[in-house]
Amino acid sequence: MCTIVPISLSIGANRIVPTVSIPHPLGNPELSPEAEKALRRELVERALKALSTPVDGQTVFNK
Amino acid sequence: MAYRVIHYINQFFAGIGGEEKADVAPEVREGVVGPGMALKGALGNEAEIVATFICGDNHFANNMEAVSAQVVEAARKYRADALIAGPAFNAGRYGTACASVCAAVKNALDIPVVTALYRENPGVDLFRKEIPIVEAADSARGMGKAVPALARVLLKQLKGEALGAPAEEGLLEKGIRQNMFYEQPGAERAVSMLIKKLKGEPFVTEYAMPVFDRVTPRPPVADMRTARIALVTSGGIVPFGNPDHIAASSAQNFGQYDITGVTDLLQGKYQTAHGGYDQTYANQDPDRVLPVDVLRDLEKEGAIGSLHPVFYSTVGNGTAVAKAKSFGIEIGKRLKDAQVQAVILTST
Repeated sequence: MCTIVPISLSIGANRIVPTVSIPHPLGNPELSPEAEKALRRELVERALKALSTPVDGQTVFNK
Repeated sequence: MAYRVIHYINQFFAGIGGEEKADVAPEVREGVVGPGMALKGALGNEAEIVATFICGDNHFANNMEAVSAQVVEAARKYRADALIAGPAFNAGRYGTACASVCAAVKNALDIPVVTALYRENPGVDLFRKEIPIVEAADSARGMGKAVPALARVLLKQLKGEALGAPAEEGLLEKGIRQNMFYEQPGAERAVSMLIKKLKGEPFVTEYAMPVFDRVTPRPPVADMRTARIALVTSGGIVPFGNPDHIAASSAQNFGQYDITGVTDLLQGKYQTAHGGYDQTYANQDPDRVLPVDVLRDLEKEGAIGSLHPVFYSTVGNGTAVAKAKSFGIEIGKRLKDAQVQAVILTST
């Protein structure tokens, strides 16, 4: 899970979930605490989905 | 009077034997042995190899510090002005030995040292910043080219002459960046480089990027509801106070932290050790970098089997790829031993 996807691609990561921003990849301080946690949960669920998905090369899980 | 040089070689180049003799203990012979003969020719009458230190590769690997100390001792005893080690080409143990003894002698006696290794020899990444390493071919077929380069680099150092840029001297880069003056400003140089690239013409970069590798994808997790998931981060999340003193940049270590019973990373209990980005948001709520809170919820709901009770953390800021790789290998080993099925790695 990273914000600068090209770096993750350059180092050979195979399952990549793009995140929000460098200082708060899994959050957004502008949202209410509840909305922020919902956003984080959505991203983590996407990571779990990526881990459950077969890939044959570098894959970016945008959704 | 000629400079006095001591030469380090392994059992193979000394003619003692191959792998079956790799355990032989160190011995010192006066004068030249094996490749020392060719070095003698290249050094001419300006320097003389007064002694050769021979050690089996396995013996060195198992006694690195002790043998390095013995080489220092021999250099002292023979009043050596300099040390040459190898060439070791792409021999991993031998190359590591050559680079190690060079570093040990340089640190202990502050005299010139040099070795010659193939670019991917593991000795290179370990010591390239400390000692000059002549770039050699991957096998002893490159002896003819390595020997004169070794002699030239050593004599230059002995005479107190400054070494030029790595490409001019035939050395592997130490990774030092130096300010240079050019007639053309950077933008013009970059554009002319781009034009050459578009035309398919050769060009020389002013700053070579490290080479990155590729990884074979792992099969997916079959059943997330029974899987043990671990968290690892290069975002620098650590217990408050940063107990392992992970550096804000160019990290030299990683931390391993128990989160048994922790359901939320609270401000004041955890923080980030990472430099180079504004830490305000990560320190306010460390879950923004390491999502322990959400994974605890998912664990409670049964969406994952369990959250591994230990997380690993380091700082990505300016950390050397080779260092990061060594952290990754060690963390991977520990996770595998703990039977973790999958890892979420977060980075800032």
